[in-house]
Amino acid sequence: MQNFSGVGVSPGRIIGSVRQMPKPVSEPPVGERMSSSTTADEATASLRAASKVVQAELQGRAAAATGASKAVLEATALMAADPMLIKAAVKLIATGTSAERAIWESGASVAEMLHNLGGYMADRATDVLDVRARIVAELRGVPAPGIPQSTEPFILVAEDLAPADTATLDPAKVLALVTSGGGPQSHTAIIARALGLPAVVAAPGVDELVDGTEVYVDGAAGTVSVNPGADEQALVAAWLLAAETLAVFDGTGSTADGHLVPLLANVGGAVDAVKAAELGAQGVGLLRTEFCFLERDTEPTIDEQVVAYRGVFDAFPGKKVVVRTLDAGADKPLPFLTDTTEPNPSLGVRGYRTDLTTPGVLKRQLTAIATAATDSPAEVWVMAPMIATVDEAADFAAMCRVAGLKIPGVMVEVPSAALLADRILGEVDFVSLGTNDLTQYTMAADRQLGTLAALNSPWQPAVLHLIKLTVAGSIAQGKNKPVGVCGEAAADPVLAVVLVGLGVATLSMTARSLSAVGAVLKSVTLDEAKRLAELALSARNADEARSRVRVELPILEKLGL
Amino acid sequence: MSERKATIASRVGLHARPASIFAAAVGELPIEVTIGLEADPVEDAMDASSILSLMSLGAANGDVVVLRAEGEGADEALEALVKILETDLDAE
Repeated sequence: MQNFSGVGVSPGRIIGSVRQMPKPVSEPPVGERMSSSTTADEATASLRAASKVVQAELQGRAAAATGASKAVLEATALMAADPMLIKAAVKLIATGTSAERAIWESGASVAEMLHNLGGYMADRATDVLDVRARIVAELRGVPAPGIPQSTEPFILVAEDLAPADTATLDPAKVLALVTSGGGPQSHTAIIARALGLPAVVAAPGVDELVDGTEVYVDGAAGTVSVNPGADEQALVAAWLLAAETLAVFDGTGSTADGHLVPLLANVGGAVDAVKAAELGAQGVGLLRTEFCFLERDTEPTIDEQVVAYRGVFDAFPGKKVVVRTLDAGADKPLPFLTDTTEPNPSLGVRGYRTDLTTPGVLKRQLTAIATAATDSPAEVWVMAPMIATVDEAADFAAMCRVAGLKIPGVMVEVPSAALLADRILGEVDFVSLGTNDLTQYTMAADRQLGTLAALNSPWQPAVLHLIKLTVAGSIAQGKNKPVGVCGEAAADPVLAVVLVGLGVATLSMTARSLSAVGAVLKSVTLDEAKRLAELALSARNADEARSRVRVELPILEKLGL
Repeated sequence: MSERKATIASRVGLHARPASIFAAAVGELPIEVTIGLEADPVEDAMDASSILSLMSLGAANGDVVVLRAEGEGADEALEALVKILETDLDAE
């Protein structure tokens, strides 16, 4: 039996057949000519044929869709064979340009025209670019970009997934996610946990798996096995039994001896928030406001923002909702805020720093949050991402006060903020540790790089020490201001115990993880959690830290985690 | 040359779903139809079967557009198209 080994990022065991995610369509080279054996008429005919095929495929998907996505697909299908798009390409073909390059350039100018019209039209520019990529793929005879369409559920294998793929990923069709790249904190991991799909990342070699191959995926152990047999079937059955006991969270996070640790949810909008409330979340520890506007080319209006935020607040009457201001940049570019030509976007103008280059957006966002919070049943807190200095924290707190927001805080993602947590907490009322970025900045390892997955673990003792230091900063500051965690670390039930032992007050995670974290946390006392935290802090490396703690938690075996 | 004027009834103007429905209807006709804003010169008129042209026209609710076509059945075809534009398609 052929096996692949990677990093398990979302528990679950399943057997299914593989579908590979096609590689993104590459740009046909500038100035590419049609081959000498092809006439312009032939190239035009093949372009028209390809556009009709793409149109039919999109019409088929539109027929199966409902609501807003149906309307978008219908419009996109019309674009595929649109006279304006095709005529411009045909003109280029007449000058000897290849059909691929011709449609590429024609699509670019149409997209630019829509972009310049602004508003709704600008948002449709991405649809034209999608159609263009599909036509080029059809001309080349390669699979259409994006998540494969299939009538049967399948295990999706990809290099890595992007945030935009979440929108087209149908959880009813995708059984599990396996990637050759990415790390424990990559978007694939985040998407998998949010959807409750078993997932293995950074598993080299899986891109060689042929479509239709039957594999067994263990999202806790991080393994993928070809041609599964009776043993694997038994493991799947055992997981299904354990999953039943893991399905429910009683709505109160606490240790065995009653030390309360509110378990909150990370959400990207009202739909997530409603689901999180149903799953027992005790509030929202991270509202990723950029996810409300990820498809947008232009800044959302204050009114649009108020509607988006209020939808989240309404789901949590009487509970805390922590709103994070727009965290654009690096892997989450927003065209109205970020400069995508930066050579090193992770260390560039992102998060709170976009207020330097695009002043006004943050101020308007704070106004929108304050408006949505007025008369809202939720207790609204606000925090800024990517804070590196005490001055930035003070400036943000001042902006919040001007907007009428009462509880300002900041994220601790940059090591400098962890080191000076006591002074930062002199300026704001709370901090929240973003362990994904804190890890990548502490270890100087890009979180999207599969090759650096081992460095990019929140179990790295250096990262745990910075978390401890942040808690110590709060104690030194003296007003008992809360230190929370809202990174992926909080969704790992084993690490969650360590975080509580380090003195973290609240844990915020994808709602699907609440029950597992709650169950494991209830199996230890606060003193035991503190002892386990010491074991992890003193470990030599991330693997040792993790295995030291795992062996002390017998409940993990019982629950299949 | 047949010519008809129509007032855009859709609240969002002539884009999104209304534009899809209109472009698809024009596409099924055997004749070529152009569309332009009332105030614009004839030579600026665009292909009415192109959803991208319709979107770039930017016709808002209440704007008057001119449809033009030549050939057999042009009058009847334009009458039918005017009806589509003067219906609030969002309301359906």
